[in-house]
Amino acid sequence: MKVLSRKEKTQARIASRRKDTLYYHGMVLPGMLFLAIFSYLPMMGLIMAFQDFVPAKGIFGSEFVGLKHFKYMLQLPDIGRVVRNTLIIALGKIILGMVMAIVFAILLNEIRLKFLKKSVQTIVYLPHFLSWVVLASVVINMFNIDGSVNQIFSAIGLNKVNFLGSSQWFRKLIIGTDVWKEFGYNSVIYLAAITGIDPGLHEAAAIDGASWWKRVWHVTLPGMLPIILLMAAMNLTSVLSAGFDQIFNLYSPVVYEVGDVLDTYVYRIGLVGRQYSFGTAVGLCRSAVATILLVSTNKLTKKLTNQSIF
Amino acid sequence: MLDTKSKSAKIRNLVIYCIVIFLGLICLLPLVNILAISMSGSAAVTANKVGLTPVDFTMTAYRRILEDQQFWRSFGISVVRVVLTLVLNLVLIIPLAYVMTRSKREFRARNIYMNLLIFAMLFNGGMIPTYIVVKELHLLNTIWALILPGAVPVFSVILLMNFFYGVPKALEEAAIVDGASQLQVLIKIMVPCAKPAIATVSLFSIVGSWNDFLGGLIYMQKVKDYPIMTYIQSLSIDLQELVNSSMNSAALENIAELSNKNLNAAKIVVAVIPLLLIYPFLQRYLISGIVMGSVKE
Repeated sequence: MKVLSRKEKTQARIASRRKDTLYYHGMVLPGMLFLAIFSYLPMMGLIMAFQDFVPAKGIFGSEFVGLKHFKYMLQLPDIGRVVRNTLIIALGKIILGMVMAIVFAILLNEIRLKFLKKSVQTIVYLPHFLSWVVLASVVINMFNIDGSVNQIFSAIGLNKVNFLGSSQWFRKLIIGTDVWKEFGYNSVIYLAAITGIDPGLHEAAAIDGASWWKRVWHVTLPGMLPIILLMAAMNLTSVLSAGFDQIFNLYSPVVYEVGDVLDTYVYRIGLVGRQYSFGTAVGLCRSAVATILLVSTNKLTKKLTNQSIF
Repeated sequence: MLDTKSKSAKIRNLVIYCIVIFLGLICLLPLVNILAISMSGSAAVTANKVGLTPVDFTMTAYRRILEDQQFWRSFGISVVRVVLTLVLNLVLIIPLAYVMTRSKREFRARNIYMNLLIFAMLFNGGMIPTYIVVKELHLLNTIWALILPGAVPVFSVILLMNFFYGVPKALEEAAIVDGASQLQVLIKIMVPCAKPAIATVSLFSIVGSWNDFLGGLIYMQKVKDYPIMTYIQSLSIDLQELVNSSMNSAALENIAELSNKNLNAAKIVVAVIPLLLIYPFLQRYLISGIVMGSVKE
């Protein structure tokens, strides 16, 4: 076998590294190409927000109008309403959703019957995997004026409520049904956190005479705290998306006042109404704020819990 | 466990069992109700008499679906879309994730690519500019409009990366010493090791594209090109109008008769069956997937 000199070895290494680098570029290229076309090209398309975009003329032919659409946006009463709805619905979902998932995880952890635990888990995870198109039909079926919920209401002597058409109830319905869809699936991560707590802590607390409530409060919850904080940070980043699929499939002009959110507004006014530039301007503001939120929350969680979202 | 003997503990356990079972039922019963409606006679359905078991049991609705060409067309479009999306996703993101786990010393451009990926996850052009791009590429009304915009799910790339990092470096080095190329290392070592993670991202992809209705709504101008969920969504418009129309009960009944509640319920049931078939896998892999994806040190 030929013994390579040092120089030859280095050359061989450089050559193989060059070959590797070429391989690497080649492996990354197809994915990056798609990203360029379907992520980065639309980002450049955001220029539309500063134009009076006419599809026939295209991005390069349309006239630039500066901040016209942004100024118009600030004057519209719609925007205040839409932003308010978005925040109320999104925050409601985040807070109630987390509380419900945490409580459910704690309760589920107490179930000792393996069969029951497994069955309940199988059932409560299911709605997460179903489309809102399907679940909207389920929700409408339950909550319409003649639906099961109203039948129960009248059976116990309450007035019937038109949940889907009432400005008083619509947002509650949206938040409630979203919590219903997601609490099971969201509890998975909290359940994992609970199982990670040292059982010795519970035993010690029990020996010291701590009641179940005290143990949940002083052992379980503090043990889950890092995960709770991380999830809270992660969820807060979605405060500007109140769930397009759900609201789109459940709302109607009667409840626009309380149910119209940023995403549905952009879809209706921008895409269906063909006000492309205006819709893009609203969308741009939304994405910009969302991105800033995401980046700053990530920095904050990294600092506080040493974990990062991305 | 600790204090199962005391009386208060027994009561507490009973209450907890009741709450948990109650929550389980709340998730289950509305779905059972839809199933019951799909198998009931339309008179009973219109009169809202159907609870958890079918009234006037009949399979007419399902028989009518069998003859419904548009339903099967949409179903087929969705199947093709799911398969193509899955293949494209895997072909693109597996090599991408592998290269992104190289150190900067091994691949100097690594950080540039990584930043491009992350930025694409954090920020996007939004609905309208994406629509314009798809339109300009003449993809409207083709199945590619449903597939290509979601070709690179960045979250799945990161999930795969986390898994690749866990594969022992020694395996790789041994293969390279034996003369394997980078591509061979990826295919022969990394992919078999990362099977659970690949299963997870595959299921994300399948569920996401089966359940998506917005793509079809935006990019398809004719109902005949709708994927299944967009098709189902177009049916429920009747239902919504029914809900929000005036309280005139005669008119309501009229629309209810026309909207074929039990037929729609049956369509929903059939559209959900593919997901139920893969549900055991969903439970196994996606649940480990969220733990894997969201908690990283």
